[in-house]
Amino acid sequence: MNLLPGLQTVLDELTQRFGAQIEHAHAPHPNELYLQTKLELAGAFCSAFYKKHDGRLAGVFAEDARAGQKVFFVYYLYALDSAHGFVLVRVPIPEDNPEMTSLTNALHAVNWQEREIQDLFGIQLIGHPNPRRCALHDDWPEVYPLRKDFDLHTKLPPFSGPRHKFREVEGEGVFQVPVGPVHAGIIEPGHFLFSVAGEPVLYLQLRMFYVHKATEKLFESLPIPHCVRLAESISGDSSFAHATAFCHAVERAAGVEAPPRARALRTLCLELERLYNHVADIGAICTDVAFVTANMHAMRLKERVLRVNEQLTGNRLLRGMACLGGVRFDFDADHLRALAGLVDEFEKEFNELVELIRGNSGTRDRLETTGVLKPEVAHDLGVVGIAGRASGFDHDLRRDFPHDFYDQVQFTVPVFTEGDVQRRMVVRREELFQSFSILRQVMERLPAGPIQTKVGEVPPDRVALGWVEGWRGEIFHWIHTAPGNRLARCKVKDPSLQNWPALTEAILGNIIPDFPVVNKSFNLSYSGTDR
Amino acid sequence: MFETLRQSLKIGVVTTSYPQTPPEFSSRARGKPEIDWANWKDARPAAAICPTGAISYEDVNGQRVARFDLAKCIFCGLCADVDPAIRMTNQCECAARRRDDLVTSASYSLNPDGTHDRLLPPPSPPKTRPAELSPPQRESLEAVGRQIKGRAAQMFGRSLHIREVDAGSCNGCEVEIVGLNGPVYDIERFGIHFVASPRHADLLLVTGPVTRNMELALRKTYDAMPAPRLVVAVGACGCSGGIFGQNYATCGSVDSVIPVDIYIPGCPPNPHALLQGILLAIGRLK
Repeated sequence: MNLLPGLQTVLDELTQRFGAQIEHAHAPHPNELYLQTKLELAGAFCSAFYKKHDGRLAGVFAEDARAGQKVFFVYYLYALDSAHGFVLVRVPIPEDNPEMTSLTNALHAVNWQEREIQDLFGIQLIGHPNPRRCALHDDWPEVYPLRKDFDLHTKLPPFSGPRHKFREVEGEGVFQVPVGPVHAGIIEPGHFLFSVAGEPVLYLQLRMFYVHKATEKLFESLPIPHCVRLAESISGDSSFAHATAFCHAVERAAGVEAPPRARALRTLCLELERLYNHVADIGAICTDVAFVTANMHAMRLKERVLRVNEQLTGNRLLRGMACLGGVRFDFDADHLRALAGLVDEFEKEFNELVELIRGNSGTRDRLETTGVLKPEVAHDLGVVGIAGRASGFDHDLRRDFPHDFYDQVQFTVPVFTEGDVQRRMVVRREELFQSFSILRQVMERLPAGPIQTKVGEVPPDRVALGWVEGWRGEIFHWIHTAPGNRLARCKVKDPSLQNWPALTEAILGNIIPDFPVVNKSFNLSYSGTDR
Repeated sequence: MFETLRQSLKIGVVTTSYPQTPPEFSSRARGKPEIDWANWKDARPAAAICPTGAISYEDVNGQRVARFDLAKCIFCGLCADVDPAIRMTNQCECAARRRDDLVTSASYSLNPDGTHDRLLPPPSPPKTRPAELSPPQRESLEAVGRQIKGRAAQMFGRSLHIREVDAGSCNGCEVEIVGLNGPVYDIERFGIHFVASPRHADLLLVTGPVTRNMELALRKTYDAMPAPRLVVAVGACGCSGGIFGQNYATCGSVDSVIPVDIYIPGCPPNPHALLQGILLAIGRLK
């Protein structure tokens, strides 16, 4: 087994502790280790990773393997920063008794993910503190969409009945304020139920998954090359990041690597995506505290990036650029000049925007100490990405598990511990400054050569993990290939799914009028969550 | 305060003059694909590579009917990579009043090797309506429709309030729709505003393939609008379900849930395309 030294040490220590309880240890890639164990030991493994191996549970997902092995598999994906590798612990769940022990009591970060497995696979959770429906609304019939015997095109009766049984909050002067799913602004649908006493929020309940559109099931029905376009539609503002994470997974499964120039071009595109989203978010945060002028400048800058995106890739959201084995369009000297010009101008004007915001004391008053997410809470909820880094989460896949060209460039990862709206904005600002530098470094060192490696038909029954640090946070795609260049399973993990519960914590004690700005400072993708 | 003003004055006006001047595009920009119907030799490679089924064909009795559905097209350009008869244009303003207007098809004689040639009739004009109604009935119905349309255009021509509903989009369309409120596209210069409540709205802008979970919310939003009202379906998903199509969780298009007046194809449609569709809906463009 060809394993990274760090992961080999982890495997040796785990073998010492668990001995024969570890089955089928194998590593299809040096930084991706698979282990199988009994369900009863899932918790013990989890605790070992957290306590001994600097690991964190980055995802939990299931797979229906009843056809071949008469079991469901549940995978626990651990990211081990110091070992620079991933460990996937797989536990079989017998098909005739589909039950799994919940880890949520010990590790709140997996709350929604476990419930999603229960809803989509019909695997009953044992010991979950809140085993209500999550991914499917309460009115859905008893169907398990991700089971293999459920047809993608099943016609279900239209919506009727209750959406969700919310918890009741009672007391003198306590009111419920329901908001959504159709909101006042141009944003995605979700339902928020605030319980308030006067203005301060006592409790917030979320009902997501309004835009669940069978994406993971669809992956199983399309030929692999078409899936790249589907991956672009998981979350529109992260089109390129999702498509690239998917391409990484397929390339690893097929045993090919994108050529250096393609990796560099991917890095440029990922940073462009970060550029337009971060600046738009900074503007939107200012709008939500009534500093609209700043937003107008931000939108002007965003538009400039979108136009360069179109110039470079043919699409303003970088769609159609990603492809298996590399990228579809090369950048010539003119393109690179345009990009370099953008970076210079953008940096100059962004600095002016930063000064404008800094000079507006009213804005800072509204943003500081608003929507605080304490580092301990963020850690318990496993909050990732920008929101995490504003609350002490010192992780960034670009640095810890470098993909594409990120091992060739120098950058720092801004981390703060205050966890308020202001810091979430400042993380974006600092990341933009890093982006300018990354873009310049990549352009300086842009390798020559081809932009695509041919990826033929992907062999069946291979597993691989793809990852990308998108602008919002870490994105994982895990695939299991099937015969005929298709997928048996594609698990998509968007950072939003992980971060939503943090919003309910950050808003506590704040007033309802501050909710829009707190929500915007997280700017989570509903579509990426619901899929 | 002074600094804020100075900054704005320094930047000056950045708003486009669309639609007086045509949209500007870079050379690589991908708009709708153009098919050379007369010289198309083989629909199979393009149909196989099309991720959404926008290009399709049907072989019956030695004839092939090839079909291109712009409503499903995500402008990825993969078909143009494999088929010399297909070319990507930068044409993005392709909003249509009827779903059928977005579909083009042609019949060919089929060769034994699976290719096709000899265009039988010219590319079909948009199909006529199904003949369930007698001609006079249809005529009067259409006249009423025209009248209502005309009145709507008169009423909304000068000022229009829009309510946007995301009925399951990936948020790509929202990224562009938000841009309409920005300084560059500035939709308010047309007297058009986005409003918070459907009760204040004249036009409903709907994105997404309409998920099962959003169907009722969309209907209720539509019902809450005062008549006369217009509905614009945005993006490949809104027009046709796009890459998601119809499945256990989606209805498959906006017009399967509420009546649609204008379809704006694209994935996502860029702000020019959105403006064109909206202005077309209120009769400011011919």
